[in-house]
Amino acid sequence: MDIDVRKVADLARIKLTDKEADALGPQLNNILAYVDSLQKLDTSDIEPTAHPHDAAMPLRADAVTNTNRRDELQASAPKVEAGLYVVPKVIE
Amino acid sequence: MPFTSIVELKQRLDAGETSAEELAGLYLDRIEAHNAELNAFVHIDREQIMAQAKASDSYRAKHEARPLEGVPIAIKDIFCSTESPTTCGSRILEGFTPAYDAHVITQLRKAGAVLLGKANMDEFAMGSSNETSAYGPCRNPWDTGRIPGGSSGGSASAVAAGLAPAALGTDTGGSIRQPAAVTGIVGMKPTYGRVSRRGIIAFASSLDQAGPMTRTVADTALIASIISGHDAGDATSVADAPAVDWLGACGKKDMKGLKIGRPKEYFVEGMNAGVRESVETALKQCEEMGAEIIDISLPHTEYAVAAYYVIAPSEASANLARYDGVRYGRRCADPKDLADMYTRTRDEGFGEEVKRRILTGTFALSSGYYDAYYKKAQQIRTLIRQDFLNAFEQVDVIATPTSPVPAFKIGEKTDDPITMYLSDIFTIAVNLAGLPGLSQPCGFTDNLPVGLQWIAPAWREDVFLSAASAYEAATDWHTRKPENFS
Repeated sequence: MDIDVRKVADLARIKLTDKEADALGPQLNNILAYVDSLQKLDTSDIEPTAHPHDAAMPLRADAVTNTNRRDELQASAPKVEAGLYVVPKVIE
Repeated sequence: MPFTSIVELKQRLDAGETSAEELAGLYLDRIEAHNAELNAFVHIDREQIMAQAKASDSYRAKHEARPLEGVPIAIKDIFCSTESPTTCGSRILEGFTPAYDAHVITQLRKAGAVLLGKANMDEFAMGSSNETSAYGPCRNPWDTGRIPGGSSGGSASAVAAGLAPAALGTDTGGSIRQPAAVTGIVGMKPTYGRVSRRGIIAFASSLDQAGPMTRTVADTALIASIISGHDAGDATSVADAPAVDWLGACGKKDMKGLKIGRPKEYFVEGMNAGVRESVETALKQCEEMGAEIIDISLPHTEYAVAAYYVIAPSEASANLARYDGVRYGRRCADPKDLADMYTRTRDEGFGEEVKRRILTGTFALSSGYYDAYYKKAQQIRTLIRQDFLNAFEQVDVIATPTSPVPAFKIGEKTDDPITMYLSDIFTIAVNLAGLPGLSQPCGFTDNLPVGLQWIAPAWREDVFLSAASAYEAATDWHTRKPENFS
């Protein structure tokens, strides 16, 4: 199988330079060829494991535990104004 | 003193023979002298570290000392902590200082530990050699032309060179155990769910687990006793996990009655002969100490690396979606629209290996391929887990080499991702099965350390702590120091 690396990069929101795309294409194909060894096993009756233990996800009480720390949390944002994150214009 | 165990440092502190300030100063001086060569630390703020040490000494003057009072511990750059930048070895988190501490950092602070800077690592913990770090490769103190393993390479290098008495690492596919093995120290990945992941920058959420990297088995147990336990803030932290008497498990001097499984799939053609010999010799010694060595099989071992390289990149591609240039870290210059901002920020911010993994994962999860890759890998994960459950019906613990090869040369494997991925061939299955694993030094080949890996049933870290303590008491591998740093 041949992966369309540009299409995957678009899904992953990564702009690749042509040089990167040229290098990554064959590498991704090699990685997928390698992981294709999984297809050798018949797993039709096997339950998938998403979590190593059978433990149920516990729920905590639905209570407010955080204080308002907006300014501290926004201190590491690239661009903030009046408590809002600023991004390029989205709607024309 | 720099190579003293933290159990002994604690005794010296308690006896008043040294102080937190003196210890912090000693390690900071060593870091200053050697870090240019090793590149083990990426963020060090001397003043701030000395202030923590001073605060610990004054706490001790007024109260009873806490379990790690004044003990310096190096922290992998993946743990959020408010006193230092946390950048996960990546350009995309340049300048990021978290507004909160990871749960395990809170536990260390409460225990009186001094956080000794941030240690180098592969970018987003993706790597087995520390070569993918945005800060450049970290070096192995046993041979500075070689890698210290990865991804917790900085933590391993620092402990092995005596720049820190102990460190915290994380392990998704071997990232604590493999670097511990190739630098000649002890490293443990606890059972999945034993240690809270909150505030640890996520790589593959169903595999990630934090653990200690130390000079001795008892030191690993001591740190584990502090960082483990339920945290309501992490839904995968297990609330009713069977408790372990961490320090009590470490007193053993023999292995009478212990059944050790030796899986044939972990002693294979093509592995380094010196590694094999060291591990075989270690197993003979275990036998002399009373253990019974039983040949076992873990038949799905050969599929572990392939399953891992579907599951881990898939989870990573979802976890790393958050780096979008909006809420933290880096944003590209002059974005022309939102899509341009996302795609250029991520292209500039992520390194090559991280992009490779994100793309692999994005593909595996994309429409039409999910069942063939992600679901298939999860089904194989079930088979791998089952292999271990079957084995533990026959044996108490499993022993294997940690890494098929000793530390390789910097640059040796960077051209071929798959060769690099195979570095973790003996550690990955443990993460897939959620089991605990520990690596301890068991010899040398060509003057490079070799690691012995112990694998225990879920929640039974005590079994390998006892075995590893007994082995450690009978050998002196853990006392060796790299010449140029002693």
